[in-house]
Amino acid sequence: MTTLTDPPKESFRLSMLLNDTRYRSLTLQAIAALLLALAIAYLGNNLIQNLRAAGLNISYDFLGNPSNYDINQTLIDYSSRSSHLRAAVVGILNTLLVAFLACLTATIFGVIAGVLRLSPNWLVRKLMAVYVEIFRNIPVLIWIIIIFTLMTASMPAPSAFRGDDPASTMLLGAFAFTNRGVYIPAPVWGAGSLVVLGVFVLSVIGAFIYRRYATKLLYDTGRLLPMLWPSLAILLLPSILVYFILGSPIGLEYPELRGFNFGGGIKIGAPLIALWFALSIYTGAFIAENVRAGILSVSKGQTEAAAALGLRPGRIMNLVVLPQALRVIIPPLISQYLNITKNSSLAIAVGYADVTATLGGITLNQTGRAIECVLLLMLFYLTISLLISAFMNVYNNATKLKER
Amino acid sequence: MSDTHAESVAFVRETAIPPAAPPSTAIGPVKWVRDNLFPTWANALLTIAAIYLIWLLLSSTLPWILGGIWNTNSLAACREILDGRSAACFSVLTDRWHQLLYGFKYPSELYWRPNLALLMLFLAAAPVLFFDLPRKLLIFTGLYPFIAYWLIWGGTILTPLLALAGFVVGYFVYARFVKSSFAKGFFGGIAAALIIWFIGGALIPEDASSSAMLEAIPSRDLGGFMLNLMLGVTCVSLSLPIGIALALGRQSNMPLIKGISVVFIEFIRGVPLITLLFVASVMLAYFFPPESTVDLFLRVVIMITMFASAYIAEVIRGGLAALPKGQYEAADSLGLDYAQAIRLIILPQALKISIPGIVNIAVGLFKDTTLVSVISLFDIVGMIRGPILASTDWNGVYWELFMFASILFFVVCYGISQYSQWLERRLATDHR
Repeated sequence: MTTLTDPPKESFRLSMLLNDTRYRSLTLQAIAALLLALAIAYLGNNLIQNLRAAGLNISYDFLGNPSNYDINQTLIDYSSRSSHLRAAVVGILNTLLVAFLACLTATIFGVIAGVLRLSPNWLVRKLMAVYVEIFRNIPVLIWIIIIFTLMTASMPAPSAFRGDDPASTMLLGAFAFTNRGVYIPAPVWGAGSLVVLGVFVLSVIGAFIYRRYATKLLYDTGRLLPMLWPSLAILLLPSILVYFILGSPIGLEYPELRGFNFGGGIKIGAPLIALWFALSIYTGAFIAENVRAGILSVSKGQTEAAAALGLRPGRIMNLVVLPQALRVIIPPLISQYLNITKNSSLAIAVGYADVTATLGGITLNQTGRAIECVLLLMLFYLTISLLISAFMNVYNNATKLKER
Repeated sequence: MSDTHAESVAFVRETAIPPAAPPSTAIGPVKWVRDNLFPTWANALLTIAAIYLIWLLLSSTLPWILGGIWNTNSLAACREILDGRSAACFSVLTDRWHQLLYGFKYPSELYWRPNLALLMLFLAAAPVLFFDLPRKLLIFTGLYPFIAYWLIWGGTILTPLLALAGFVVGYFVYARFVKSSFAKGFFGGIAAALIIWFIGGALIPEDASSSAMLEAIPSRDLGGFMLNLMLGVTCVSLSLPIGIALALGRQSNMPLIKGISVVFIEFIRGVPLITLLFVASVMLAYFFPPESTVDLFLRVVIMITMFASAYIAEVIRGGLAALPKGQYEAADSLGLDYAQAIRLIILPQALKISIPGIVNIAVGLFKDTTLVSVISLFDIVGMIRGPILASTDWNGVYWELFMFASILFFVVCYGISQYSQWLERRLATDHR
């Protein structure tokens, strides 16, 4: 008769906290929590003491006070009597504007340079390699300052456009490149312009529907409809027709000299152009490398297999290589967009009123509310970057290789 | 057979034709040009456009550079010599050479100290960068931070000696106890070092700096390209261990540790460096004890190190994730505990995979050190935009100065990236 006894009940010893894997992680986490709490308490205590010594408190009331400073480039109505909050919103919109513009042009530069780096043409290949290396290895701050200096030091002043025999003339009578910025014609929305816009939006949707229909037809029946010309026609013809039927409701207001400066039209200030262009060419060099890596990542067998099936080079690119390359290109591309948004904070170096320059610059200096301003600033950038990475995760999940 | 042959074929050559040279268009430079520059019409147009572009660039810049003036001491004097001709006034570089490199406050008779520190940096970095060098040289690398600190900041030699003593004692305690348990050795070493620093700090006399061998230089006197180099080297080397710790923390299965690491990494990566520098310049002082004065240089180093370690952590996490799962399981099945597995199996391989990424971060960080000019530290960009362009002598000289700064950064960053590619090729051999 053997009886199985329970294993001897181990009594809990203190050393098990460190040596027993069941408890060790709990011990370590408890230590970490303790250290974290201590650090927070220490820093918080210092903060409270320092604030008390300086006679300050944490309060966001200053956001409602008048800002008392002017901003030279705004997308919404703003004057020096507007509140600090409105100045911050102006800054946020300016950040988003320059980030959007720079993302657009950086992609164009990057794709062109990346594709040309793979060109069979030796000279073009080397030229693009030089472009990429030069722009990647010099700080973006220096590029921003160089282009800003280029704008302000070598462009003619508005006064050069004056007189019977002016030193410089406007390009096509519509664009004026001056050292204060570039003046371009502004659209004037007359009666009926909404109709034209509506028709244009509808025709964009129409073009998309046509392309989807053509793709579906191709996949279902193998019948190939022409893509480019019909979609261009759907896109442009109705809007142009409506535009002329309604009697040209959308006009252009040309910039012209008034006194010492240009009036009318849209002014794109020199700081905006410097920032926009510098961010585009700098980030474009990085995007070029991503594009090149993406195209190279599609194995040669894919191209050869497509050619063996009898596809023409254009269709090989569109139907076989690009869809696979995009899977590699898009994730780093989006993190480059994120970099552009973060690097746009360098606007402060050339005086472009983005959110870092308004909220983190002038507002901070005027009110002395350092902690509140910097926290709000961080919150804004954090929101943007979390939004972009959330979007990236959705995209990655949608396009990743479906494996069983 | 021979007669049928004779009947059917009129003429048979009895000897082989001597081999002829290929046509001139199929070999040599002509073929190369045809294949690489003018294979198709579109490509030929592209080539011509590229040549035109290059000519445009060179014809506008070369005369400007080659006709440059190197030996005047103000822009006015330079313009006088040029006499309306358009050419560079490189004399701003020769005139303000020291300011560009060392800032405008570092005592000029002491320039040999940062120079020597830079020279020794190459010696110290060599065994880390090139594995073929004898491992004994790493001892010098370990000593270098203390020597460099003493050379650049001067003051009493006791401070760096004390710091070194703390590390040495900590290491010996670690080596003594690590055999029984890693945790014992690790925490014991840290505790021993802290004790040494605490006791030693109380022993160093207050006025030791005044009678020191090397004159003490306050950090606010540092500037120029030297500041960029110092920030870059310091922050990258400090952020490596922190980055490794964060990466391991993010992979850990302890929710609290993982949570702290994730929040830290995502927060730092989500905000631009410039806001972190704002924190350093206007906000961080609130978090130190009221009586302490932490100078701006140290605050900037703290923030840039945090910034770099978050990015390095992500790179190393990539390396950890790229290791096959079998490596972790093999380490477990050998009976290694966590610290041993990480130290002996996982990290050596993961770090090797992540070296190119780490070098990329280092290059990016070095370029980002120019941002400190925004919070009024006088690094090379700050020097150019501040004291030099604002001076009456050189107000209006932009291109020469920015070209010089660009070339300095280009040389360093391109050098590092070439090194990284060389390393990648070298490490690639043992993966296949």
